[in-house]
Amino acid sequence: MLRIWFEWTLAVRLLREGRTQTGLIIGGIALGVAVIVFLTALISGLQVNIIERTLGTQAHIKISAPDDVARPLRTTDDTALAVQIERRAQRLRSVDQWPKIQALLDAVPEITAVSPVVSGPALARRGAASRSVAMTGIDPARYTQIVPLDQNIREGRFRLTGREMLIGTQLAQDLGAGVGERIRLETGDGRSDVFTVVGIFELGVRDLDQRLVFLPMKPAQALLDLPGGATGIDVRVREIFEAEAVAQRISRRYDIKAESWMVTNSNILDALRAQSTSTNLIKVFVAISVAFGIASVLAVSVVQRAREIGILRAMGTTSPQILKVFLLQGALVGLIGAAIGSVPASGLIALWVQLGLSRSSRGGFDLMVTPELFIGATALATVVGMIAAVAPARRAAKLDPVEAMRAI
Amino acid sequence: MSQPLLQLSRLSKSYSVGTPVEVEVLHALDLILETGEFAALIGPSGSGKSTLLNLLGLLDRPTAGDLILLGRATRELSDADRTRLRGQKIGFVFQFHHLLSAFSATENVLMPIMAAQGRPTADDVAKAHALLDEVGLSAHRDKRPGQLSGGQQQRVAICRALINAPALLLADEPTGNLDTATSADVFELFRRFNRERELTVLVVTHDPRLSAQCDRVIELVDGDIASDRRQVASKGE
Repeated sequence: MLRIWFEWTLAVRLLREGRTQTGLIIGGIALGVAVIVFLTALISGLQVNIIERTLGTQAHIKISAPDDVARPLRTTDDTALAVQIERRAQRLRSVDQWPKIQALLDAVPEITAVSPVVSGPALARRGAASRSVAMTGIDPARYTQIVPLDQNIREGRFRLTGREMLIGTQLAQDLGAGVGERIRLETGDGRSDVFTVVGIFELGVRDLDQRLVFLPMKPAQALLDLPGGATGIDVRVREIFEAEAVAQRISRRYDIKAESWMVTNSNILDALRAQSTSTNLIKVFVAISVAFGIASVLAVSVVQRAREIGILRAMGTTSPQILKVFLLQGALVGLIGAAIGSVPASGLIALWVQLGLSRSSRGGFDLMVTPELFIGATALATVVGMIAAVAPARRAAKLDPVEAMRAI
Repeated sequence: MSQPLLQLSRLSKSYSVGTPVEVEVLHALDLILETGEFAALIGPSGSGKSTLLNLLGLLDRPTAGDLILLGRATRELSDADRTRLRGQKIGFVFQFHHLLSAFSATENVLMPIMAAQGRPTADDVAKAHALLDEVGLSAHRDKRPGQLSGGQQQRVAICRALINAPALLLADEPTGNLDTATSADVFELFRRFNRERELTVLVVTHDPRLSAQCDRVIELVDGDIASDRRQVASKGE
C-alpha cells in the first residue's frame, strides 16, 4: 500500500476532480452490476425452485438390489455352451442386509436422511372400480424427511399404523374413496388385504397422485412376500449436486445399485446447464459492454489529462507510475460502481418480494440471494475495470512528456 | 578546476516531420554552463530554444552528440534513470505554471518528492512550507491553484522546481504570462535563489528587459548559437 501511495493519491484525486466523467463511469458499472446480480439471483432462484419441485417428490438417491444378470454357461475349458443368452426378467428382491446399510448410511455426513421402502405393483379395488397402483411401504418418521408427505395432506391426516393407508387425490377420485373408507389391495400371487384410508395427499404431479399408495412397512412386506425385507433405500443428501458422487461411492462400497436424481433426471440437469450457459453468456456480454464503457471514458480522460501527465513526467514521475495510476482508477471505479450497483440490485430483489412473486404466493419462487453473489459481482467489476483500463493506461504511460505538455 | 555543471558537445536534434523529410532543429551545438551561472537563452520563435530546453531537461533525447550533466554522460541512460536524474537535479518552471489543479499549493510543491518516494515526511512538508514562506505565500499553503492569482501560481511552480534542491533550474518564458510588476517579482525570486543557493539558472525569454538582468546571454538563431556574451547585469527598474 505504501509503495503505491503516490499512484493511489493521484488516481483518487484525479477521479474526484473529473466528477462528471467519474460519475458517468460509476453509473454505468452500477447498472451493469445491478443487472448481473439480479439476473443471477433470479436464475439461480429459478433453478433451485425447479430442482426442489422435481426432487420434492423423489429421493436424491435410490438404492436397490443389483440387477439379476444371466451368466453364460461355460465348460471347464472356457467354451461357451449356450449360444444365445436371454436377458433375465427382474424379480422383486430385497436389498441384502438393508438394516446394516441403513445404519452405515445414517453415519455418512453428506447424507441427511435415509429411509427404507418396500414397493411393488398392486391392484387397488373398491366396489366395481380397480386401478393399478404403486404400493409403497414406508417408515413414516423416516420417509417424511425424504418427501414431505405430511405437508401435502389435503384431507384426513398423516398417520400410518396397522392397516392404514395414504392415497393421492387422483386415486381417491378414481375409486370414489374418501377418508375412513376401505380399499382392497391385491398383488400378483393372489395375496390381498384391506386397508382404511386415513389421509389423502396431493404432491402436485398427476401421475404420482394417481398411482402412489403408502402403507406401513409390515403389511407391504407381507403383500409382496418379502418378510422383513426392503426393496430399496431412499437417500437425501445435503448438496443436491453432490448426489451422483455420493451415489457412486455407495454403489462401490456396498456392491448395490445406487442411482442419483442426476442420472434418473438427466434431462432436467441438461436443461439447467443450458440455462446456466445462456445466463453466463448474458453476464459476459454485460461485462464486456461495461468494460468498453470504462475503457472509452478513461481513454478520453487520458487525452484530456495529457498536459497534466506531461507535467507529472517532467516532475520525475516514471511511466510505470502513470500506468499504475490509470489501472488503479479502473479498479477503483469498478469497486465503487459495484458497491453502488448493489443498492438497486437489492431494491429489485425487495421489489420482487413486494410484488408477491416470492415463494409465499402460489407459483412464485424465492430469489437466490447470497453474500457470495455480491462479493463475486464486486470482484468481477473490479477486475473488469482494471482490464478495461489497460489500453488507456498504456497509452498514458507512453505519452511523450514534451508532446504532452504542448497539449492544451 | 571544478567540472562544469552542464556540457554539450556537438549536440543535434532532428525531427522527422512525416517521412522522408528530416528537419534538423539544432546543429551540433557546443555549450558549457558553469555552476552558479545565471543565463538567458534568447532568439526568435522557431530558433530551437524550446527544443534545446527539453534536451537540457532530459525530457527529450538528442539525435546526435553528448550531454554531460554533473560529469555524467546522459546518452546511455535508461528512461527510468533519466527520469530519476531529472527529478533530483533539474527544476522546471514553465510559461504556464502547470500546477495540478487537484492538489493544494503545498502538495504541488511536494510533487517531485511524492513521485520519487511516495508519502512525504514531516521534514519534506516543513521544507515545502519554508519555500512557500520564502516566496510570500504563507497564507496560501492549502489553497488549490484555481484559488490563486497568476503570479502566485508561478511562485508555487518555482517552489516546486526548488523542492529537491536541484543544481539546475530551467525556465521557459516564466514571466510570459504575467504582467510587468508580477514579472519583476518572479524574476527577482530567480535571482535571489541563484545568489543564495548557487543555483544555476537558464531562462528562455523574449523579453529584453529580463535578459538584460542576466549575467550571460546566449542567442540562438536557426539552431545555431549566434552569440554568447557575458555581461554585467543591469539592476532592473
